[in-house]
Amino acid sequence: MFIGFFFTLRKYKVPVSITEWLCLMEALEKDFAHSSLTDFYYLARAVLVKSEAHFDQYDQAFQDYFHGIETPPEVTEEILEWLQDPRNELRLTPEELDELRRMSLDELLEEFERRLREQTERHDGGHYWIGTGGTSPFGHSGSHPSGIRIGGQGGGRSALKVAAERRFRNYRSDLTLDVRQFKVALRKLRQLARVGPEDELDLKSTIDRTCRNAGEIDLVWRKSRKNTVKVLLLMDVGGSMDPFARLCSRLFSAANSSTHFRDFQYYYFHNCIYESVYRDMARMEAVSTRSLLQNLDGDYKVILVGDALMAPEELFSPYGAISYGASSETPGIVWLKRIADHFKSCVWLNPNWRVRWHHPTLSAIGRIFPMYPLTLDGLDQAIQRLSRSV
Amino acid sequence: MDALGSFDRFVGTHKYIVSEALRNAVNVSIALGRPLLVKGEPGTGKTLLAHNIALGLNKPLIVWNIKSTTKAQEGLYVYDTVQRLNDARFGDRDISDISQYIKLGKIGEAFVSDEQVVLLIDEIDKADLEFPNDLLHELDEMSFHIVETNETIVAKHRPIVVITSNSEKELPDAFLRRCIFHYIEFPDPPLMERIVRVHHPDLDRRLLRAVLKKFYWLREVDEFRKKPSTSELIDWVQALKLGGVSPEQLEKELPFAGVLIKKEQDYALLQEIVQGKRALFPRRSWSS
Repeated sequence: MFIGFFFTLRKYKVPVSITEWLCLMEALEKDFAHSSLTDFYYLARAVLVKSEAHFDQYDQAFQDYFHGIETPPEVTEEILEWLQDPRNELRLTPEELDELRRMSLDELLEEFERRLREQTERHDGGHYWIGTGGTSPFGHSGSHPSGIRIGGQGGGRSALKVAAERRFRNYRSDLTLDVRQFKVALRKLRQLARVGPEDELDLKSTIDRTCRNAGEIDLVWRKSRKNTVKVLLLMDVGGSMDPFARLCSRLFSAANSSTHFRDFQYYYFHNCIYESVYRDMARMEAVSTRSLLQNLDGDYKVILVGDALMAPEELFSPYGAISYGASSETPGIVWLKRIADHFKSCVWLNPNWRVRWHHPTLSAIGRIFPMYPLTLDGLDQAIQRLSRSV
Repeated sequence: MDALGSFDRFVGTHKYIVSEALRNAVNVSIALGRPLLVKGEPGTGKTLLAHNIALGLNKPLIVWNIKSTTKAQEGLYVYDTVQRLNDARFGDRDISDISQYIKLGKIGEAFVSDEQVVLLIDEIDKADLEFPNDLLHELDEMSFHIVETNETIVAKHRPIVVITSNSEKELPDAFLRRCIFHYIEFPDPPLMERIVRVHHPDLDRRLLRAVLKKFYWLREVDEFRKKPSTSELIDWVQALKLGGVSPEQLEKELPFAGVLIKKEQDYALLQEIVQGKRALFPRRSWSS
């Protein structure tokens, strides 16, 4: 049953397994969908999709597969009723009213459907999209703030319309993220070793020693296992990075408040790393890159964040640094190579979308450091990469 | 497994409003005998759900609160070796009877119970990454083996398992495959109105309107580190009621804001907004 839907879900990259699919079949056999598409929508989602990050893909797959299935007629009637409801009176300028009068109800409905297809999120206010308030001909003045309201709570909302609303877009994991999500990802970066005070009972040795001691109990303690990962974060600030400042500050606060690292160091740079990195960009508190390489062991995991976009000479030419009075004989790319050589595992996170990754400096840096987009998926891959190379 | 109709259906309780999707998810999970995994923003009532399933179906509830140090084994049983060792030294008890040193954990308790229970595994993401994997077999087969006494504990009645997660850690795929999943969305105003009504049935209608308007206005502030949640709203309403705040007063100011806003930075930000130093979505409003 619906086996095509299974493959449609896989096509939209929802990780559905056979086990879950069989579970859904079992539920359908027991008539949990009540032969209704809406109930099926929620049932299949509960059984097949295990993370809100995939809800959006699920919605899309659902739309794709069940597209063209007739919506129950009462929904259309409901829209008509709603559009004709005097309580939803619209306050429009005379010109707009004129324009609208020229539209027949059929045209209006057509336009409504067109906009419904175009519209991808809730909308409050404004003058074009279907939403509450505002001057769109498809508004709703009631107390419900969600985009369009067809039917009431648990009423005649069709599953396709629910799917079409795509309210879970914000939960997609390939979109950029917040502090909490960063922390979840960073928590995977760990490497356990026995350090610290001896506070764990070593049962095996205790038994051994007790036996040797002719049954007199002799407790043996050992150090407990702790994370030994040390992290160095190098962030590009200013200039072309300004649009991503908030995103980067979230990554920073997540890393900074992650207590499970043994050591966490951070420095800033501008566009590219030259002979200095900065503890505080505004106050120009500089640390020489050379001393950084000398003082930090090669086992620090290095996360570089930047868009890697700059004028080619900033990266390749001597005296290429454009700002902060830095004039370095050594081109930036050499410094980057030194960092890559010194630290065994480095990754570069790029907040700019992958589609824009066509630029000479970007591809040059991409050859030195494995580069990932600064999204949840990208960060996950980057962390995996960091954990792999010990 | 029971056939349709012969199992108990959860319909919510007078104290807990469920959305249709959640209600279906609960019933599917009960009927298929699979654990229900509930995620959602803090304060959306994940833990309360289990309490109310137990209340609604009139079954006992066993709560297993997970901490960062909790191990999967502790949920099954604990073999108190130190006690036995101690007894061996001083000869207090018959130490050849190992079973007296076996203490059942929460899952074990749920299995041996004479009636079907609701088992809540609260905040599973607090534990170690491997924790959920260690419970796969036990939750699948509903049985476990006690090595020390060579005894197998099989569930007399398959417990209704509810697991909550705050997504602090991601859960392993193998574990997720066995669960029914529900994400509790933040309630929209009409649902929120019903939820508040449940807790404060005698609340003045105008005040409720004003409260919700202010509340959703606050939720729009993206800069807040922690947005106010349902449970905080309910506390706030309580405070407003006790303080005798009128709807008109609420329009103008934000009394008892400390109940809603818990972080210092957020509070400072709120002050700026209230004093008009920061503009806040001038075109947006929650229409009523």
